[in-house]
Amino acid sequence: MSDKKLTIIASKGTLDWAYPPFILASTAAAVGYQVTMFFTFYGLQLLRKDLDLKVSPLGNPGMPMPLNMDKWFPVLGTAMPGMETVMTQMMKKTIKSKGVATIAELRSLCLEAEVKMIGCQMTIDLFEFGRDDFIDNIEIGGATTWMENAGDSTVNLFI
Amino acid sequence: MNQFDHELDTRGLNCPLPILRAKKFLGTMTTGEIVRIMATDPGAVKDFEAFAKQTGNELLDSIEVEGEFHFTLKKLT
Repeated sequence: MSDKKLTIIASKGTLDWAYPPFILASTAAAVGYQVTMFFTFYGLQLLRKDLDLKVSPLGNPGMPMPLNMDKWFPVLGTAMPGMETVMTQMMKKTIKSKGVATIAELRSLCLEAEVKMIGCQMTIDLFEFGRDDFIDNIEIGGATTWMENAGDSTVNLFI
Repeated sequence: MNQFDHELDTRGLNCPLPILRAKKFLGTMTTGEIVRIMATDPGAVKDFEAFAKQTGNELLDSIEVEGEFHFTLKKLT
């Protein structure tokens, strides 16, 4: 087993921000890192059995919008009802057409590569999630559990 | 042109899938065998160099053929 280690704290629960942690974790595992991921706050959404991640254009000026919508209706356009659903569908379509993996696919590739996933106990209590909301092959732990892995790790990322 | 024992098609797939498929495929090969990997992701060119370096396998060849990228990788580990 390699002594190269990577830990990632995944703190965001949107479709777009689900990508960086899973891409980095799966790739690191492929090049021989031992990887630990710690999912806290909104990041816990990434561990749910029924992944239902969305992307929101609201408050995100960096997000490319169709039909120059951001030019015609800045801010207001992105706040329109249903916009989140529309943007999420468009994003999923683009992801598929560009040959980018789905989050579910990347997550199972990570698990297959023995990436260790830890769900934050405190957040689970805070949001009143149940253990059954999450996939089976994860651990539940706290900051100390993460530190145990991060302390002697080569790379530690907060996403 | 290198000879190869296996061929792996990752065309149409985007980062990091070509690398992950390659990693998985190498696991089924025996040391010394050679695989030719086909990809369309331009990012794969740098990524396969970095992959080979970090995993201790040898990238024998990396060429562009009509908009596709072909890598020849020898399993050493």
